[in-house]
Amino acid sequence: MNEERSCCCSDGGCCAGESITPYDKKDTWVTGEIRTPQGGVPVASTILQFKDTLGAWKVRWGIGRMDYKINPGIYAVGNPDHTSPVLVSANYKLTFDTLRKELSGLNCWILILDTKGINVWCAAGKGTFGTGELVRRISKTRLSKIVSHRKIVLPQLGAPGVSAHEVTRQTGFSVVYGPVRAKDIKEFLNSGFRATEEMRTVKFTAWDRLVLTPVELVAAAKTSLMVFGVLFLINLFAVREFGLADFIAYAGAVVTGTVITPLLLPLIPGRAFAWKGWLLGTIWTAWFVWLNGWFVPGFLLLAIGYLLVLPSLSAFLAMNFTGSSTYTSFSGVIKEMKAALPLIVLSSVAGIVLVLIKSLSA
Amino acid sequence: MKHKYLKNVATLCLSAEKCIGCGRCAQVCPHGVFGMNEKKARIKDKDRCMECGACARNCPENAITVDAGVGCAAAVIMGWLTGSEPSCDCSGGGGCC
Repeated sequence: MNEERSCCCSDGGCCAGESITPYDKKDTWVTGEIRTPQGGVPVASTILQFKDTLGAWKVRWGIGRMDYKINPGIYAVGNPDHTSPVLVSANYKLTFDTLRKELSGLNCWILILDTKGINVWCAAGKGTFGTGELVRRISKTRLSKIVSHRKIVLPQLGAPGVSAHEVTRQTGFSVVYGPVRAKDIKEFLNSGFRATEEMRTVKFTAWDRLVLTPVELVAAAKTSLMVFGVLFLINLFAVREFGLADFIAYAGAVVTGTVITPLLLPLIPGRAFAWKGWLLGTIWTAWFVWLNGWFVPGFLLLAIGYLLVLPSLSAFLAMNFTGSSTYTSFSGVIKEMKAALPLIVLSSVAGIVLVLIKSLSA
Repeated sequence: MKHKYLKNVATLCLSAEKCIGCGRCAQVCPHGVFGMNEKKARIKDKDRCMECGACARNCPENAITVDAGVGCAAAVIMGWLTGSEPSCDCSGGGGCC
């Protein structure tokens, strides 16, 4: 928002050559500028380049994810005029790219809200993709002077933050909620702003879940470095040192919680995420302990210890995936956590104690 | 395959008296919780509600109430630890959105 405030154009008229929406001339996705009575508007390409694909890959792995954004304001696709539709979206670059690549052959305007680089749905939940920001952005870009109609298309998932009737009351623009997914936009526009039930429903396919898992895995790996540090210190005076087998047992539990459980989510019996993670974690741990021949009297402490701590770890990580899921409710998560968290803590503490006894005593 | 979360927890409430049957709730709900019946909205499947709050915010008659919040365990833990309202704020880099 600050960038625009400093732009002289906000006073109107002083520099007709300037773009309404400031952009970096080095941005290769801007293919030119379109003239409007209110000033220039950057034209966005509908083709993704290698740089865009690489950027998407990076944020999926959690690299620079909180700072992957474009300037809020108005953009053009194709060669729109005052009768062209206006699509509203968020200033997360991944969101913007997902939208523009579906708009080939269309002439339309895109109104980008300042959601601090967060996608539409999450930003709507926080309120940054909200009534206030939408009303502000409409007036700031002087949208009513760029288009002659009074209709804006919002992504349906913006609805938790936007009060459609309130926007109409304050700006005169009526709000049409479009489809959930950008890939349905063309069909939606071509069918006279009509979304089918299918377009209105959120899905959570195996692929949807898979692309979310790297971020979870990276976050867990970062925390794990501390665990490895502690184990290294313990190894300095341990009778039984932690080695490769222990590392694999631990890493397996992490992958089970952050990747395997999300991937197999609807196939795992039960409803609570922690339960699903615990179940798979137990299967993994039991199998690995058996494989190593730890189910013998000399290693029983270790076997039971790992069976207490590792499935709990998987359960905890799986429970964290509720935040990435598209269908868990606040009340549900609270209920799940109140039941699961005490069990996870107790089981982990007991397990850690047993493993340490095995490690430190002859 | 349909995803199912915990049963009987959603706080969604619809007042049939206030409802004017505009159908906005059915339109914005991402999980098809609402249906329209004789010019009134009705809750078809409450257990599919994820409490995002889209219906309540877009109801022009305030006929819908729901304790909207983030269904995110990490956010809830942060809320408990910091004593603040759980919010979907993963600025740390890891987590939900």
